[in-house]
Formats: sequence, C-alpha cells, structure tokens
Amino acid sequence: MWRDAVLIAGRDLRIEARSRVALWQVLPFAVLTLLLFAFALGPRPGLLAQSAPGLFWLAVLFSSVLAAQRSMAIEGSGATRDSVRLLGLDPAGVFLGKVLALLAEMVALEAVLLGGVVLLFHVTVTSWGVLIGACLLAAVGLCTANVLYGSLAGEARMRATLLPVLVLPVVAPVLIAGSKAFSASVAPGSGSGARWLGILVVFAVVYSAMGVALYGPLEES
Amino acid sequence: MTNPMAPAIYLRSAVALAGRFPVLAGVDLDLDEGSVCVVLGANGAGKTSLLRLLAGLVPLASGEGAVLDCSLPGQARDLRQHVGLLGHDVGLYDDLRPAENLRFVLKASRLDPGLSDDALARVGITGRTASTPLGQLSAGQRRRVGLALLLARRPRLWLLDEPHASLDEPTRDLVSELTEEAARGGATVVATSHEPDLAIPMADTVVTMSGGIIATRAPGGRRGDRGWSDVA
Repeated sequence: MWRDAVLIAGRDLRIEARSRVALWQVLPFAVLTLLLFAFALGPRPGLLAQSAPGLFWLAVLFSSVLAAQRSMAIEGSGATRDSVRLLGLDPAGVFLGKVLALLAEMVALEAVLLGGVVLLFHVTVTSWGVLIGACLLAAVGLCTANVLYGSLAGEARMRATLLPVLVLPVVAPVLIAGSKAFSASVAPGSGSGARWLGILVVFAVVYSAMGVALYGPLEES
Repeated sequence: MTNPMAPAIYLRSAVALAGRFPVLAGVDLDLDEGSVCVVLGANGAGKTSLLRLLAGLVPLASGEGAVLDCSLPGQARDLRQHVGLLGHDVGLYDDLRPAENLRFVLKASRLDPGLSDDALARVGITGRTASTPLGQLSAGQRRRVGLALLLARRPRLWLLDEPHASLDEPTRDLVSELTEEAARGGATVVATSHEPDLAIPMADTVVTMSGGIIATRAPGGRRGDRGWSDVA
C-alpha cells in the first residue's frame, strides 16, 4: 500500500512541478481571497486581528477545494482512470498517494497564507506550536476529505460544481476547531488549544480511515 | 493461473449495463490464447463495451464469463494487471514526457522501468519527440506512445479500440506488425475496427456486433487466405 502511495504521490507532484497549476492558480487565488477579506473589513487593525483566525481558515478551505479539483483532474478522463485501474494498484495506496501530494501543496499554501495573515491582519502569534499543529492536522483532514469526496464526485464535468457542495459542509468542524486553535495561539487568555487540536486529530483520523476503506469501492462504482 | 485447456476468452450470454441500458445484451464468444479477433460493427453496436468487459472494467451483470482464467465479475481485479487497453485516448498524462509516462506505468506494474527506452525506440518515439510532454504530441504520436506502453508491459490480453483510426500509413503498418508479434508471442488480441480492409487481414476471427450481441462470426485473413464471406 505505501509503495503505491509513494508512487502516486511522486507522479502527482511531478505533474504539478510541470504544470505549476498550484503555483500560478491556487496560490494566487488563496492570497487574493485573503486580500479581499482585508479590503472588505477595512483599515481597522482591531477588527482585522479579531477576524483573522476565521478568515485564514476560510481562505484555506476554499483553496483546498481548488487544489483538490486539480489533483482529481489528473485522472480527469475516463481513459486515465481506466489505465490506473488496469495497473492493479492498491486503491488505499492510490488514495494515500493523492493525499500525500495534496498535503505537500496545502502545507506550503498554509505557510504563505499564515505569512499574509501576520502581515495584513496585524496578528501576533504567541503559541506557534498550537498554530503549526492546527495547520498540519487541518491539512490532513482537508486533504483526506477532499480526495474522498473528489472521488465520489466522479467525472470532471460534474466535479467542478459538485465537489464544493459536498466538501464544504463536512469540513465545518475543521473551520471551527482550526479557528479556535488559531485564536488560542494568538491570545493566550482565550483558552487551551489542546481541545481543538484533539477535534482536528479525530477529523483527520476518521477521514483517513474512511478514505482507505472507501476509495476503492468509489472508484469501481 | 493458466489452464492450458481453457480458452483465453469465454463469454456466454454476457450482459453488461450502462445504468439500466444493456450495452451488451447476451454476447457469446470463445477465443484461444494467441489468437487475433477483430470486432466490426456500427457506432453503438457494443464494441467498446465488449473491450471494457474483457478488461474487467465493466461488471458482468448476467451470463457467464472468464478471461485468462479469471472468472467475471468476481476476479476482475486480478485480471486487469494482465490486460493492455489502447483506446482513442491513451489514458496517460499530458504533462509528463513519454518516457516518464512509461516509467510510471512500469513501476506501478512491478516491471523494470528501463524497458521504456527500447519500447519507445521501437515505435519511433526518439530524440526531441521523446522529451516533449505528451500533451504536445500529435494524435498519431500519442497512439505510438500507447503502443510502446503495450510493448513494454507485455500484457497477455491486448484490447485495441480502433487501433488504425486517424493514423498515417507507416503507423498503421506498425500497429498491424506489433499486433502480429504479440499474437505470435502468445498474447490474445481483440481489436475493434471500422476499417475492415486493414483489420481483417490481421485477424484469425472476425465478428460483427449489432445491438449489443455478436451477429456473425467468420474466419479472418491471418495464417492464410480463408476469406470472410459470412461477415455481413
């Protein structure tokens, strides 16, 4: 399973390195989203800092859907999906490989967005451990959910509109827990981030297990 | 897995569905290992669906079926790794170069990635063409890369969906040549075609499909001039 996962992750990252869709489309979209949020709230440093956690995670969520669309488009045509099925790869390995490649992109994207939030929203982080932990755990949860629902959304012509409708409601726990953990990391008085990190762990574990178990049957259907 | 007495392909009253529509409505077909079968028929007759059933990509809804000793639909996943399918879309990655595409497939198939260079050279994908991303190659060149993939993987069952379509004469000759080589090497080949003049000479058996069933069956032109007058 892990051998197949590494193979698929390597393929997806190589394709991304060639096409640079994440670099030239997903990343600018994420940064633009953050900028527009800042414009919408206006030059009020207090309000910007207060809104930063939620807006950061909204930008991450929207960008994750876009990145997942691209990841699933690699097997966009029926013929490409068929050719992968003919290779006899472990479906769980294919799922994990796609998650690993998407995870690498999401972590890079979160790092850029985090820098943007600190600069634009006047945020001072006091507990980097909680924030980085939240970013990593949320990225795992978002990537697993996106790849699983991306497979469910099926062929490319439907996926573009169906994936956001399927994914955004189910990743609400990531938005809530991520925002609370972010708040805890910038304002020590707002409570411990451990509880929210726990929710992100549960979400990531549940969707990883669901993906490993269900990706094969979904691709077959 | 190989039973020398069993045919490579055995279908009885095979039905396959697309939604609720029977794309195959009771197909009977027997083919021996190492034989070449050409499938003729109008658009929508069920030719591509037959190939997908034989590849284990479409489930057998009813009837009996066994391909390369794998019973359908139960052992479809075991069957797939022995099947090579070349369709109109070669099912590879536009952003990767031909050699990168082949190396990925060979690694995934637990084969030596080094086989890709010889296979590409055999189909004439060399030099600058070999280092160009697949998406920038012509349809004919992409088809050659697909053929190279079959050559490198050496599947036991070759499924070719209109292999001569949209190709220049040298590439058409190459398709026929590689098909003959594969069959001589023991592979079973099933090819659909709208070009009987090209396809029938390379076939042991010619079948025509209509309405999701096999309407006629006749000998092809391979291994002697046996004619195919029974084919409608």
